[in-house]
Amino acid sequence: MPVQRIKFYQTGSFAVGNRLLDPDQRSVQADTARTNSLTKGHRACQGCGEALGARYVLDAVMRATGNRAVTVNATGCLEVFSTPFPESSWRVPWLHSLFGNAPAVATGVAAALRAKGRTDVRVVGQGGDGGTVDIGLACLSGMFERNDDVLYICYDNGGYMNTGVQRSGATPHGAVTTTTPAGNSFGQGKSLPLIAMAHRIPYVATATVADLRDLEYKATRAMEFRGARYLHVLVPCPLGWRTGSGETIQVARLAVETGVFPVFEAVDGEVTDATRIRRLRPVEDYLRPQGRFAHLFGDTPRDDVISRIQAEADRNIRTFGLTEPDEVS
Amino acid sequence: MRSQIEGSRAVAQTVARCRPEVVCAYPISPQTHIVEALSVLVASGELAPCEFVNVESEFGAMSVAIGASATGARAYTATASQGLLYMAEALYNASGLGLPIVMTVANRAIGAPINIWNDHSDAMSQRDSGWIQLYAESNQEAADLHVQAFRIAEELSLPVMVCMDGFVLTHAVEGIDVPSQEQVEAFLPPFEPRQVLDPDAPITIGAMVGPEAFTEVRYLAHEKHRRALEVIPRVADDFARTFWRSSGGLVHSYGCLGAETIVVALGSVLGTVKDTVDELRAEGVSIGVLGVTSFRPFPSDAVRARLRGARRVVVLERALAVGMGGIVSGDVRESVPGTPISTVVAGLGGRPVTKKSLRALFTDAVADRLEPLTFLDLKRDVVERELGRTS
Repeated sequence: MPVQRIKFYQTGSFAVGNRLLDPDQRSVQADTARTNSLTKGHRACQGCGEALGARYVLDAVMRATGNRAVTVNATGCLEVFSTPFPESSWRVPWLHSLFGNAPAVATGVAAALRAKGRTDVRVVGQGGDGGTVDIGLACLSGMFERNDDVLYICYDNGGYMNTGVQRSGATPHGAVTTTTPAGNSFGQGKSLPLIAMAHRIPYVATATVADLRDLEYKATRAMEFRGARYLHVLVPCPLGWRTGSGETIQVARLAVETGVFPVFEAVDGEVTDATRIRRLRPVEDYLRPQGRFAHLFGDTPRDDVISRIQAEADRNIRTFGLTEPDEVS
Repeated sequence: MRSQIEGSRAVAQTVARCRPEVVCAYPISPQTHIVEALSVLVASGELAPCEFVNVESEFGAMSVAIGASATGARAYTATASQGLLYMAEALYNASGLGLPIVMTVANRAIGAPINIWNDHSDAMSQRDSGWIQLYAESNQEAADLHVQAFRIAEELSLPVMVCMDGFVLTHAVEGIDVPSQEQVEAFLPPFEPRQVLDPDAPITIGAMVGPEAFTEVRYLAHEKHRRALEVIPRVADDFARTFWRSSGGLVHSYGCLGAETIVVALGSVLGTVKDTVDELRAEGVSIGVLGVTSFRPFPSDAVRARLRGARRVVVLERALAVGMGGIVSGDVRESVPGTPISTVVAGLGGRPVTKKSLRALFTDAVADRLEPLTFLDLKRDVVERELGRTS
């Protein structure tokens, strides 16, 4: 059965919506037989967006593949907090090699499976934005260009959080990190989804931990394709973003509602769907709750920086048609 | 069957007969002919089931090999020089994870200055990476060592580097007995991995290890290399019984017994060294040669046994430990404390090592006129002019 996209417009619990659906259309996490791929007991910080995102993605992948998937993980928070020897939180086959080579290692896994004729087993690579947009980009681009049968997931929290919040290529303009104490004055963060689309790979999608149903849908949909696929998930980091550990979902939702983080899908390099913003907000609403942008609202307000971020959000809104009404079919 | 064949092609055919399931590589001279030949064999379906992966870098090549090996596939790659350095981080990873990858290193100098010709700087810079390093003396041995390398790697769950001199061996055409498919199959059993990524039995490979266990992991790596010292000669014996020729092992001694002077060397230079020594012996000079095939693990006991009784040892090195001198000399000195050892740095960046130079060198050595560190055929006037300018 093809993946059916289900939208819930009520906020809060998904329970009601789930009950009205056929059991196999209910959310993966609502299923008591879910894999628990990344199980409890790991050492992520409270409110970690990456831990939440990884669990939802991998459980969805495991359901989509009938528990026939192996995982390759780049160095980073996800690897460190989940595998302090002799403990492991992974209930899926899992391999860590290095910071910059997860896509190439995943390629090797896929090649070995192909040589062994194991078409039933699928490969998932994952890493943070440091391992993906910076140090591992050459390997990732190679994997895209060869169209290797790998789903690669980037959990983007906009910085090197594992080493103590330093700037990465995905750090947004204006954000304070320990290596950009006055605020990141470089670009607006590298958009790897657009780079991935330029490779014309079968499937590229973005998602956030604010819409977990959508995240599950995209991970599931990705497994319907063969070849290189890329899923970019916005995962707030309470430590690096200087937000409360209870604000992770809220701040991720604000990133979407302000247009800062466009949520879309692309097939073969063409955008096929974008999540519309129902109540557009100014970027200030997204920036204000975060300590990493506090300097923009201090004694000397940095309206110039805010308007630059607003301009970037406006461009996203235009490019992806984020405020256009949903097509009714 | 014996045929006139280029070294690279002989290695490619031999590797093919070891039935690798994943072959990957990034082109770099002087290694390219090997993977070119393998890509043709894979494309023709002759190697099926085998995947040839064209990667974006040597770092990618070793990473693909790591992923493939961790999935239980027999994985092979080849590189040289800067390429080996570019994959250095992944080299430590492959050995740390205990993945039996086999790799050919077509030995070449490291820049700057850029130089594509042969010496051993590349492989020796990865001395402590945890890889087994075997050095081929000839193209016949290069081919044979690959068959043995897969056996050794898979028996120990350790990666093995087969080092063959760039151009001097890789591009030389000579008569070689390329191991046949039947012989290889009789010698090399199918790969039975120790642990694999398998959805039916999920395991975590590559967990983070803290101070409470890291020393133990490293100790075990060392222990594995100590065991390799027993496995390598046993595999070489097996090889000799199956193929009716002797290749590999830890060391090869050539007239060492009772010799007053013994020259220690690795790789293809051994041919010229032996020719020179033959001449000197015919003139009554008491001199022998010890070829080291296994540089890592370093076979200290075997070296000690062969060097016992020598009055002096000359170590011919094709790499330089800048600021110190010899790389192999240190290991030899550790093996035979008290024996005078001279280090000779020779053939860097493809400088020819001639019989004439060696003859003069050994004559000096026998007469105890050799400095502790000598650069063979160094152009004194050039360096002195430069030193004068900079002082």
